[in-house]
Amino acid sequence: MTTQHALTEYLLRLGDSDIILAQRLCEWVGNAPALEEEMALGNVALDLIGQARSWLEYAAELQGEGRSADDLSFRRNEREYRNLLITEQANGNYADTLARQYLFDAWHYYLLQALCDSKDARIAAIAAKALKEVTYHLRRSSAWIKRLGDGTDESHQNMQQAIDDIWTYSGEMLMADDIDNLLVEAGIAPDSAAIKAQWQAHVSATLKEATLDCPPMDSYMQQGGKQGLHTEQLGYLLAEMQFLPRAYPDAVW
Amino acid sequence: MYAQLVDTGVKRVKTLNEMSPEERHFQEKIDADIKIEAKNWMPEAYRRTLIRQMSQHAHSEIVGMLPEKNWLTRAPNLKRKLQLLAKIQDEAGHGLYLYSAMETLGANRDEELEKLHSGEVKYSSIFNYPSRSWADMGTIGWLVDGAAIVNQVVLQRTSYGPYSRAMIRICKEESFHQRQGYQILLEMMRNGTDEQKAMVQDSINRFWWPALMMFGPHDTDSPNSAQSMQWKVKRMSNDDLRQRFIDQTIPQLELLGCTVPDPDLKWNEERGHYDFGSIDWSEFYSVLKGNGPCNKDRLKTRRNAYANGAWVREAAKAYADKHKQAAA
Repeated sequence: MTTQHALTEYLLRLGDSDIILAQRLCEWVGNAPALEEEMALGNVALDLIGQARSWLEYAAELQGEGRSADDLSFRRNEREYRNLLITEQANGNYADTLARQYLFDAWHYYLLQALCDSKDARIAAIAAKALKEVTYHLRRSSAWIKRLGDGTDESHQNMQQAIDDIWTYSGEMLMADDIDNLLVEAGIAPDSAAIKAQWQAHVSATLKEATLDCPPMDSYMQQGGKQGLHTEQLGYLLAEMQFLPRAYPDAVW
Repeated sequence: MYAQLVDTGVKRVKTLNEMSPEERHFQEKIDADIKIEAKNWMPEAYRRTLIRQMSQHAHSEIVGMLPEKNWLTRAPNLKRKLQLLAKIQDEAGHGLYLYSAMETLGANRDEELEKLHSGEVKYSSIFNYPSRSWADMGTIGWLVDGAAIVNQVVLQRTSYGPYSRAMIRICKEESFHQRQGYQILLEMMRNGTDEQKAMVQDSINRFWWPALMMFGPHDTDSPNSAQSMQWKVKRMSNDDLRQRFIDQTIPQLELLGCTVPDPDLKWNEERGHYDFGSIDWSEFYSVLKGNGPCNKDRLKTRRNAYANGAWVREAAKAYADKHKQAAA
């Protein structure tokens, strides 16, 4: 495996996770619990689509096959998608959506912070811009974990259930494979062990403040998304998202 | 226009001689184009009319998110998805401005939302039409936001200060949406396939008449207009606004290379305006009554969103109360 191949895969993982999570957030629009939440969800989704575009443009350039970020988003099948499993999980209720968002945001924040020091200048630049946005995402989602966890009995139960349900998908982002290891050695990607420690500290502190129980950090964790082995949910998501470019392959929009 | 039928509750406009001293002072301010502010005295009917109009307007922004949301997860590329999402987000923001402006009159947004959900207060009839194709995202931006802008540009001079200022802010964003909508159609017409061009024409065929209905009934069938005009809540009549919209829209239509489904549309040299065919008012009133293709779905979606979100809003309140106590 060459560094360039590993780098391309790494960029797809970043971009795909952003676009898939954004797609999930788009499903909420018009259905949120309050107008302010409509705006906030839209805002986060907008940021993530913007970030996805930056990562995927870079990936497409490295591939050198004349593809664009749009081609990568709309013309790859589920087996070729590299997003984290956590990002493709269904919205569920508002607690499910916020549990997914918070656990992802906390990882995203520390990852981007570390990527600002990447030896790859373009990655560092994209990360620096994205970090500003994700700082806001994390502030918002962690505030909601506390509000729901420490709100009413009903919201506490819903929040605890949501954390318990999604927990098995929270480990994948903290696990390194050959691609990650190669890029860590090259100084392009950060060591996941350091990020894991930061993530665990943030999550256990937030859940504690939210009066919630933190599931065991050494629970069994699902993985496969980064290798294109997804849950059954992704196929449907892509069928909807890619419908127009697939139905009208010669069209320009 | 986002508020199509606003009942002023006034049968006949009073002359200055018939007015109480307070009413006369108020009308003189209006006549002198001095803005009315929240703390100023105002006739009760003026306050109620504005609350009705602004809540209809705000509700229209919120319900208006739904036909666009319908294509958000299916937007054909990242740029269009970003644009559509930004637009819908702006609409939520416009709803918030308008509810705030409305609350300066002593109304309460939760109570007004209840009225929306119960069907007591309306929103613009246009949002009861389904968005059936991606081209509708262009058409809604171009025609629907275009019609709204024609109305809102005039409302920037409305007599109630907070409403006027909300319109000034909103118009800046709306104009941007309208250009993006038009650009969606232009791209499909200039560089698209035959299927795409047919998609655009079909979309215009479906939205043309409903967009014209956004301006409300004919002036002769608009009993509340005289009072709204005297109060300068309204600054131009329904028919004048509709004519203005048609006159400025037809050249844009020609640039697209499309047509409108109106055999009677033609330029009238003498009037200096386009003549156009008659609107199907039975459809207009039927949609307002709740019989449009999407009335039931739209309201159901909003009601469900509100009901399903109740526990979230309650949790936020409980949390805030707890932490207020803790801080005290």
